[in-house]
Amino acid sequence: MGEEVTFHGMWASPFSRRVELALKLKAIPYQYIEEDLSNKTPSLLRYNPVHKKVPVLVHNDKPVAESMVIIEYMDETWENNPFLPRDPYERAMARFYAKFIDDKLLPTLAKLGQTAGKEKEETIEEIHEQLKVLEDELKGKQFFGGQRIGFLDVVAMILVWLHLAGSITGQKVLSTEKFPLIYEWIERVMKMEVVNECLIPEKKRQDWIQLAQKAPKSASN
Amino acid sequence: MAGELVLLDFWPSPFGMRSRIALAEKGIPYEYREEDLRNKSDLLLQMNPVHKKIPVLIHNGKPVCESVIQVQYIDEVWHDKAPLIPSDPYQRAVARFWVDFIDKKIYELGSKIWKTKGEEQANAKKEFIECLKLLEGELGDKTYFGGESLGYVDVALVPFYSWFYAYEKCGDFSIEAECPKMIAWVKRCMQKESVAKSLPDQEKVYEFILHLKKVFGIE
Repeated sequence: MGEEVTFHGMWASPFSRRVELALKLKAIPYQYIEEDLSNKTPSLLRYNPVHKKVPVLVHNDKPVAESMVIIEYMDETWENNPFLPRDPYERAMARFYAKFIDDKLLPTLAKLGQTAGKEKEETIEEIHEQLKVLEDELKGKQFFGGQRIGFLDVVAMILVWLHLAGSITGQKVLSTEKFPLIYEWIERVMKMEVVNECLIPEKKRQDWIQLAQKAPKSASN
Repeated sequence: MAGELVLLDFWPSPFGMRSRIALAEKGIPYEYREEDLRNKSDLLLQMNPVHKKIPVLIHNGKPVCESVIQVQYIDEVWHDKAPLIPSDPYQRAVARFWVDFIDKKIYELGSKIWKTKGEEQANAKKEFIECLKLLEGELGDKTYFGGESLGYVDVALVPFYSWFYAYEKCGDFSIEAECPKMIAWVKRCMQKESVAKSLPDQEKVYEFILHLKKVFGIE
């Protein structure tokens, strides 16, 4: 489809970077606009007046907001390299675990930077329980999507971020002993060039850790 | 395709109502099972081990959890009857965006209205009305959010109407006075049997809220 695609994103937002990954996986050409969240562009505010957040995909001047909505829209509009399975039950499962990541895991991870002592221990315990759900989902599979990278893999990239954060802070919430399948999955996806292109660049990682520790909510605010 | 369908639900749950409406719209028979949330059944815990919540739709023994996922699943499996989700990808994205908005805002703000007092309640009421007004804007002059027929956004939003009376009594305000277009839309939806039969009586919901307030020691 010969189309005009613009993408408003932010380098430290996992929601933004996951949409970028989806764009690259489908090889969709796009124009990228890096948003300064303290000084949002007028077009961002015009395209997402309800939430005023990134990411926003604009396709032929029609805006789509919310990362999961954007990814499903992309999957339905550009049919190459499909993300979601065809079977309705498998689609429901992929959506369920994706929602679990966004509704449960991400908020708990965001809380982690704000806690200390006993509360921190309890938060880590909670994260471990949530990670176990994803560990179980990988049983017998190369990727969450099965034989190839799919919708849930794109959403689950936060696990790679968690691994990177652990390497930098020395605080390994994601341990190889407890979560061997997640670790294997991380190693597998990090071999992919497109995945690496959508991670925080090495030289910005310290900044990112500091940013993440300051902001209780998601960076896409 | 039909097979065995069971819905594990709890009568005042607006989330459960969404699946009830979707199934009724499509004329799909199913078994409704009422859960006692203080004493959850083994089946519920087995079928939704991650969240242990209702509603759970069990189709041929396989569970689908989360109301928005259930409605999409129902629409995809029984796609030839009363389609709820638009066929155009962009219209779909718009519908999904608004359902996500409803999920992020309406339940939480509504809960604050009946659970809190003073400034916190006042702020919740204000934001709640602002959200309804945004939704009114999205509705525009359409009969339903789905256009001429009930759609995904209608199904996601209308269940909260059964809680409006409770919100109004607890918050001492009138939703109709602030959002007449919303209430006009609700009344059109309630003309549909699928909606009318899926929503409990508002007075019953209010009594339930009063009971919860006692249980939680909320004034």
